[in-house]
Amino acid sequence: MQKSQEKNSGMAGIVGGLAATLGRILISFFVPVITFLVLWQVFIFLRDSNAPQVVIVLVAIIWGVAGVALLYIVSNWFVEQLPDPWPRRLQPFVYVGPAVVIMGWYLAVPVLRTLILSFKDDIGVKWIGFDNYIFAFTDRIMLETFRNNLLWMIVGTSFSVGLGLLIAVLADRTRFESFYKAIIFTPMAISFVGAGVIWKFVYTYKGEGVGIQEIGLLNAIVLALGGQSQPWLSIPPWNNFFLIVIMIWLQTGYAMVIISSAIKGIPMELLEAARIDGATEIQAFFKITIPYIKGTLITVITTIVIFSLKLFDIVRVMTGGNNGTNVIANEFYLQRFTYGNTGRASAIAIVLLIAVVPVIINNLREFNKDRRAF
Amino acid sequence: MTSGYKTQKITSSIVVNGILILICLVWFLPTLGVFITSLRNSQDIFTSGWWTVFPHKENVPSGEMKIDPSVNVDEPIQIEGITATFEELRQGVTLPDGRMLTWYGNKRTRTVIVTEEEWVGFFFKPLTLENYQSVLSGKEISFTDASGNQIVRKGNNLSDAFLNSIAVAVPATIIPILIAAFAAFGFSWLNFPGRGLIFTMVVAILVVPLQISLVPILQDYTKLNLNGTFLGIWLAHTGFGLPLATYLLFNYMSTLPRDLLEAAYIDGASNFTICTRLILPLSVPALASFAIFQFLWVWNDYLIALVFLGDKSRVVTYALASIVGEKGQDWHLLTSGAFVSMLLPLAVFFALQRFFVRGLLAGSVKG
Repeated sequence: MQKSQEKNSGMAGIVGGLAATLGRILISFFVPVITFLVLWQVFIFLRDSNAPQVVIVLVAIIWGVAGVALLYIVSNWFVEQLPDPWPRRLQPFVYVGPAVVIMGWYLAVPVLRTLILSFKDDIGVKWIGFDNYIFAFTDRIMLETFRNNLLWMIVGTSFSVGLGLLIAVLADRTRFESFYKAIIFTPMAISFVGAGVIWKFVYTYKGEGVGIQEIGLLNAIVLALGGQSQPWLSIPPWNNFFLIVIMIWLQTGYAMVIISSAIKGIPMELLEAARIDGATEIQAFFKITIPYIKGTLITVITTIVIFSLKLFDIVRVMTGGNNGTNVIANEFYLQRFTYGNTGRASAIAIVLLIAVVPVIINNLREFNKDRRAF
Repeated sequence: MTSGYKTQKITSSIVVNGILILICLVWFLPTLGVFITSLRNSQDIFTSGWWTVFPHKENVPSGEMKIDPSVNVDEPIQIEGITATFEELRQGVTLPDGRMLTWYGNKRTRTVIVTEEEWVGFFFKPLTLENYQSVLSGKEISFTDASGNQIVRKGNNLSDAFLNSIAVAVPATIIPILIAAFAAFGFSWLNFPGRGLIFTMVVAILVVPLQISLVPILQDYTKLNLNGTFLGIWLAHTGFGLPLATYLLFNYMSTLPRDLLEAAYIDGASNFTICTRLILPLSVPALASFAIFQFLWVWNDYLIALVFLGDKSRVVTYALASIVGEKGQDWHLLTSGAFVSMLLPLAVFFALQRFFVRGLLAGSVKG
């Protein structure tokens, strides 16, 4: 009698427990679904509504930020409701999962998809073998973009790094260091489009004629020195250099900041000892400063080279790639969005990727060296 | 000996500062020119360089004289108490009282222009905020061009673009930070199969050029109807910003002391509590560095906005670029537009430069 009662209560316990678990699972299923539905409704509102713009912007900001936070809280709560070994097993993926999925969708998988598209025709249907690559490596315009990108890489990088180094070294010796550095660094906050406008104004040209005043700084200086005003942005190949000046203007600040902090890391004793031994400033610079900051210099050079490889905005805004100023990234844009040729655009993107492969390999090697424990 | 050393030191200091001031001038003048131009009257912009706003003496016409038909202009002419030939007058003759006489056109005009040196510049001709009103407005605007014609154009509605930029940049900064912070916590403090391999992938895609993604992602967006939506561009910026964000935050979080976390685990705190109450507050410097990075990057981005958002919700870079395309010579609109687009990033940049530099130094190369 007593035994069966015990058994009964045990049964009830199991049933109750089952019901509770079921309820929990049901709730934990519905909460995410409801959350998702609410977020989706707001998305539809944002996409289709004609509300005043300020309202849309506010809703958009709150929805976007709160939505992501909510998704984390809900999915974490959901996983914690599961029976025992599962929370511990699944939780890491709640944290890492969204990032991995998004990175996979936006960067990792596209490498393969673009590779596949690069072997197909302009609308991505028929396989056409290596035709797009033959275009990418032999077409006259592509060869021009290769030449120009090479110019950007060599001239742009060497001037940005050289000037950055010069300014960092010189400013280190003055009392107004932070003032000088702030002026050189500020262009980093300006968009390439904004920088384009600033420099377009420097290069602007009105042409010859009675009573015409040049309002561009460069032409005014040239005229004041007794020269002829010029349409600087339409004389190939020199127009490339005038565009590269903009990149130098933007990137020198970056090089300067990084190099400057490396220079500050050189032990004073080292330089003092060299000076006592009778080394001139120039000797000290080449024998101590440069070798000491070599690693930093390589990082800076790599970063700026990658930057100049992918450069798009400046050329797009200033010349649109006309007059012999086209670059790879602009040709990519033109192929995809102006001529609608997915295959060729994909092949060009793969060319860009191939160019950064050495950097990827180097990054991985450095990373493994740093973190053997992983 | 000492004084020789001192002189040498002073000379080198002058040389060093001189070079730096010269470089800084080259760096600063283009922006100054655009800033000043944005504050000038539209007609002035077309007729004189921006440097003329600085006070300087200039010959300003103050009147003209007619030469009597009876005077033979082929011989030296008596005028205003001096004698000068036609050729001399063509070149301009200065009178003893400082006024200047210049013959206008050919001999038959018989007209001499009198100019006087006067101080001109912004002290004497006030600057204006009119250009900013024009470029911000979405309504019809009118201005005067070089030859004095009244021109009516549709405004560029940069105020709308400014709002759109905020709507894009704020979530496109916070969302990747949130996602990356959780991911970095997972990578640095939780154990799960495939951890090393997945993180190595993150490092590998750090410098992948984003052109790789544009074609396939655009196909997806067309299928999902995400083209031209805020959600679409937030996700795009999130996707392209995540590798760097995860990498930076991982580097920072993995250096936090292990004891701290163990103490929290022993006290019975859940992973979620530890992440949000302990790790995130401790990682504020790294979060701030990346936030500034990402904000400037998103605000200044043109390519992603051009591809994924397009004309539907113009952001400032897009709007500015289209002014360049449509009205390339309307410098009063271009210059004020450029300044509107720079306003917020410059403010953020100057206020939080310390964090920005720290982020740079943590080694940030973005694809």
